[in-house]
Amino acid sequence: MTMRRKRFIQILALQLAAAGGLLGSAAGHAQAPVDVQFYYPVAVGGPIAKTIDGFAEGFMKDNPGVKVTPIYAGTYQETIVKAITAHKSGTPPVTSVLLSTDMFTLIDEDAIVPFDGFIKSAEDKAWLDGFYKAFMMNSQSGGKTWGIPFQRSTVVMYWNKELFKEAGLDPEKAPANWAELQAAATKLTRKDASGKVTQWGVQIPSSGFPYWLFQTLTTPNGAILANEAGTQVRFDDPKVVEALQYWVDLGKAGIHPPGVVEWGTTPKDFFEKKAAIIFTTTGNLTNIKKNAGFDFGVGMIPGKVRKGSPTGGGNFYIFKKASPAQQEAAFKFIQWVTQPERAAQWSIETGYVGVSKAAYDTAALKKYGQDFPAALVARDQLPDSVAEFSTHDNQRVTKALNDGLQAALTGAKTPAQAMKDAQAEADRILRAYK
Amino acid sequence: MATPLAPGGSVSHRAVHAWLLLLPAMVLLAAFTHWPIVSTLFDSFHSTPRGGKPAVWVGLENYQVMAADPVFWQAVRNNLWFAGATIPLSVGLALVMALWVNERIAGRAFLRMAYFTPTVLPMIAVANIWLFFYTPQYGLLEQITGALGLPSHNWLGSPSTALGAVTVVAIWKEAGFFMIFYLAALQGFSPSLREAAAIEGASRWYFFRRVQWPLLMPTTLFVLVNAFINAFRTVDHLFILTRGGPNNASTLLLYHLYEVGFSFWDTAYASAITVVLVVVLVCVALTQFFLLDRRVHYK
Repeated sequence: MTMRRKRFIQILALQLAAAGGLLGSAAGHAQAPVDVQFYYPVAVGGPIAKTIDGFAEGFMKDNPGVKVTPIYAGTYQETIVKAITAHKSGTPPVTSVLLSTDMFTLIDEDAIVPFDGFIKSAEDKAWLDGFYKAFMMNSQSGGKTWGIPFQRSTVVMYWNKELFKEAGLDPEKAPANWAELQAAATKLTRKDASGKVTQWGVQIPSSGFPYWLFQTLTTPNGAILANEAGTQVRFDDPKVVEALQYWVDLGKAGIHPPGVVEWGTTPKDFFEKKAAIIFTTTGNLTNIKKNAGFDFGVGMIPGKVRKGSPTGGGNFYIFKKASPAQQEAAFKFIQWVTQPERAAQWSIETGYVGVSKAAYDTAALKKYGQDFPAALVARDQLPDSVAEFSTHDNQRVTKALNDGLQAALTGAKTPAQAMKDAQAEADRILRAYK
Repeated sequence: MATPLAPGGSVSHRAVHAWLLLLPAMVLLAAFTHWPIVSTLFDSFHSTPRGGKPAVWVGLENYQVMAADPVFWQAVRNNLWFAGATIPLSVGLALVMALWVNERIAGRAFLRMAYFTPTVLPMIAVANIWLFFYTPQYGLLEQITGALGLPSHNWLGSPSTALGAVTVVAIWKEAGFFMIFYLAALQGFSPSLREAAAIEGASRWYFFRRVQWPLLMPTTLFVLVNAFINAFRTVDHLFILTRGGPNNASTLLLYHLYEVGFSFWDTAYASAITVVLVVVLVCVALTQFFLLDRRVHYK
């Protein structure tokens, strides 16, 4: 054996010894902290990562026995892909923020546990009851609570007060119902000499997730798209067809842009005064506040037979394959982070809606609301809000609806036909869950 | 050592060395290419495991679902259209650009860089920029058509133009990349070829057709194979620009596959689509190699 080989074996032996030593020392700690991996997505602007890291540190200071590791996992879609893949490989995160509409998907994958098992004391019960009802609609099914509201939003209406003035409308009074919206949009639409529209009266985006914006029309028309169990949809309900007809007719009347309207450029269209009224998420409030070079208003979605808008955004879930100690620690963290003061801080820093009434009663959020009343519109709309559309095999059923909506908006199908086809496709997919 | 080795080592010894040297690459290829293909094929004949239910053998059911899936066929049609437009246009454009920047012209380095820039930029970022190019009313495209007095058009929001719009982005992105290969090949040609042609009085077109083009054939083959694979692989911009919409008008095979696999979590059906896609791509690559190879002159 040459010297070199001997040396190699010596090094190998040393390394093995070192590795063994490490293992030994790890086992030596009797009270190792409970490790809680926590995936979170970033879907809006603002210092999300900084705030989340701050929460984790604050929690660990109060609870030295727990080590929370926040992991930024991309968009909502990327985060659920990572979380479910990790679940399938046997090592999911302990907790994750995922879309509230992913609830049925996560239940069907047998990936999550309900929160009911952790809620023991009267204090826990009071905490759970403190969340706004509208947010709990997407968080409970079959009598169990599967998600805890965290970064939640809703759709509201933004209008350009200057353009209202120019069109001879009262800039402080937003259209409150469909007829007023139609009338205002007609006055707000402007054309150049050649008849080309230079400014649309109203704009409701329809790319990507048109079903969510569509709920701002179906809800006021008194239609609910899915049952609570997520096994039945009602796309071919005449009230749903009527809501779609209204949307299509806005385009036909020449006061709403034709075809499919891009979600991503809608705020920019508003800044550029190409659209006088837009429907978009409360999550855009900070963005619009910063970039609109004019006075704007934020209002509730116009009603018809009732008021209403869908909620949106993300919930906390706890994963099934984590150890009981980890799940318990994650529950503690979730409870800690949704306390009123922190929910208020989260809302102010990100633009998300405060998840409980108590959050709006804190001094911080009260003051913020006084300085910037537009931030309170979402809260005031919550009593009338409904669950974001969600069913079993959610993304597939949602796609059936989205395709139908886009077919109607681009004129490929009549609203009645589009909804009939979407209903047939959804019935076929949901057959397995009845 | 007991037995001294002959110079260069015995045959078996050398074979062991060779295998050891090949091993790292083989392990990587097997783990990340061959094994996934085999397991995908296996999965495509099983149901999707969900929750507590394990996968069961379903035979060809996933393939029957595919044959009956209108979105799949729409994606196939769209993808053929997309390939039919991107392959000739991006390769043709690359060739023209390469010939152009191969000449001695002012600002050559700048032009080369400008042509190559789209390749360097990340697709997701440029898709966000193109989104605003295509925006109705104030987008770049609209400003140009508006100045010409043409009516306003919603490029990404109309079924008739959405696919064309995403195709243009793909061509713009790829042409610069292929240009580099053509340019490298052109730079490798001996100047004496051009001098000889000049002495013979050959026109520029004749010189290109009878000298440069045949010599570029190996590059063209390589570029064509790449262009074809890219035509089925380039879908990043769809996530930003149209998400396959409106009503699947711009959906492509790989995008549909992603949706089925990672939005619907129907992994078994996604495996079946993957198998079809892989088989088609392998067949095309083999055909290109065997048929075109005869017409390619290697030096």
